[in-house]
Amino acid sequence: MLRGVLGKTFRLVGYTIQYGCIAHCAFEYVGGVLVCSGPSMEPTIQNSDIVFAENLSRHFYGIQRGDIVVAKSPSDPKSNICKRVIGLEGDKILTSSPAGFFKSHSYVPKGHVWLEGDNLQNSTDSRYYGPVPYGLIRGRIFLKIWPLNDFGFLRDSPNGHRFSDELGK
Amino acid sequence: MCACACLSEAPRGSGPGPLGPFLLPLTRGFGQIGRGHKITTYPFSPRKKGRKGMVQSQGWVRRYFKAFCKGFFVAVPVAVTFLDRVACVARVEGASMQPSLNPGGSQSSDVVLLNHWKVRNFEVQRGDIVSLVSPKNPEQKIIKRVIALEGDIVKTMGHKNRYVKVPRGHIWVEGDHHGHSFDSNSFGPVSLGLLHAHATHILWPPKRWQKLESVLPPERLLVQSEEDCL
Repeated sequence: MLRGVLGKTFRLVGYTIQYGCIAHCAFEYVGGVLVCSGPSMEPTIQNSDIVFAENLSRHFYGIQRGDIVVAKSPSDPKSNICKRVIGLEGDKILTSSPAGFFKSHSYVPKGHVWLEGDNLQNSTDSRYYGPVPYGLIRGRIFLKIWPLNDFGFLRDSPNGHRFSDELGK
Repeated sequence: MCACACLSEAPRGSGPGPLGPFLLPLTRGFGQIGRGHKITTYPFSPRKKGRKGMVQSQGWVRRYFKAFCKGFFVAVPVAVTFLDRVACVARVEGASMQPSLNPGGSQSSDVVLLNHWKVRNFEVQRGDIVSLVSPKNPEQKIIKRVIALEGDIVKTMGHKNRYVKVPRGHIWVEGDHHGHSFDSNSFGPVSLGLLHAHATHILWPPKRWQKLESVLPPERLLVQSEEDCL
C-alpha cells in the first residue's frame, strides 16, 4: 500500500519536473503569453491586454527600431517593463521637447537601446532613467490576443516624430 | 544432437529491446534442460529466416528510434533547464581578476562553477565574485567582484566622477586587477537584471581547487554604506 503511494508520488514528481523543464525551455527560447498593465503604451496596448511575445529575436540580436519589447526594469530586476524601441546603439536621440528653445541630443551608447512608451505624457521610460542595456531585454511583442475586437499584429508608433531622421553611427 | 544444433545457430534479427541478445542464450539453454526432444525457442524460431527475419530487424530499428525520441524529449529540456537555472561551469579568460582567478595568465585558464540558484532572487553580498552580461556587449559575459550595493557611495578609480552613489537596483563591480579591468570604473553601476550567476568554486586545474571567498579587498572599503545611514 505504502509502496504504491510512494511509487505514484515519485511518478507525479517526475512528470512535474519534466513538464516544468519543457515549459522553462519554451518560455526562455521560444515565447510566451503575457498580460500587460499600465497606461504607458496607450493606444497601442491598453491596460489588461493579453499579448504574445517571442524570444527568438533577442537571441539572434534581431531587435529593430519600432519594435515593442519586454525588458527587465533597470531599477527593479524582478519586474518587467513593456516599451517601444526608439533608438539602437549609436543613434542620435532628442532628449528635450522639440517645442523648447534648447534642443539637446545624446547618442545611445554601445550595447544599449532607448525605450519610450507610446503614451508620452504618462510613461516612465528612457527619458527618465537613461538608455537600457540590451541584456535586459527579454522578448519582442508582436501579437495581441485579447481583447478579441483588437486581435492582430500591433500598430506602428503614433509618435513617428521621435524616430530620428539622421541616424548617425 | 539437438543441443548442438540449437546452441550453434545464431539468432536471425534480434530479440525485443536491448536485453534481447542476453535473454536469447538463457532461454535457449532453459529450453534444452529437461525437455529432451522439444526445443523451446524464444522468441523466433531460427528456421523461419528470410522475409520474416527482415521484418523483425526493421521493427528493432523502429523500437530503438521510439525509445531514443522519448529519452531525447525528457533529457534535453531537463539538462537545458538545469544549466540555465541551477549551475554550470565556465572557463575564465583574461587577467582582470588576478590574483584570485587566472594567476598564471595565458598559460592556464581557471574553470569555475557558476551557481545560478543563489542569485535567482538577485541577492548578492559585497565581495561576491559574480558573472554578468556585459553592458557594452550583450553577447559576452564578464566575471567581476561586487564592491558596492544599492545606496552605497563608492570612491571610484578612474571614473569620470570621483564619488558615485549606486542607484536603486544597481551594483558596482570591479576586477581585482585594477588598471587591467573593464568594470564599473569604465561603464558605471550595472543593473541587477544583468546578473547571470555567482562563481563559488574553482574546479580546474586540480591544484587550484578551492572555494572562492566573498571578501572585499581591504583597499576598497566603502566611503559610506547604506547601513551607516540608517
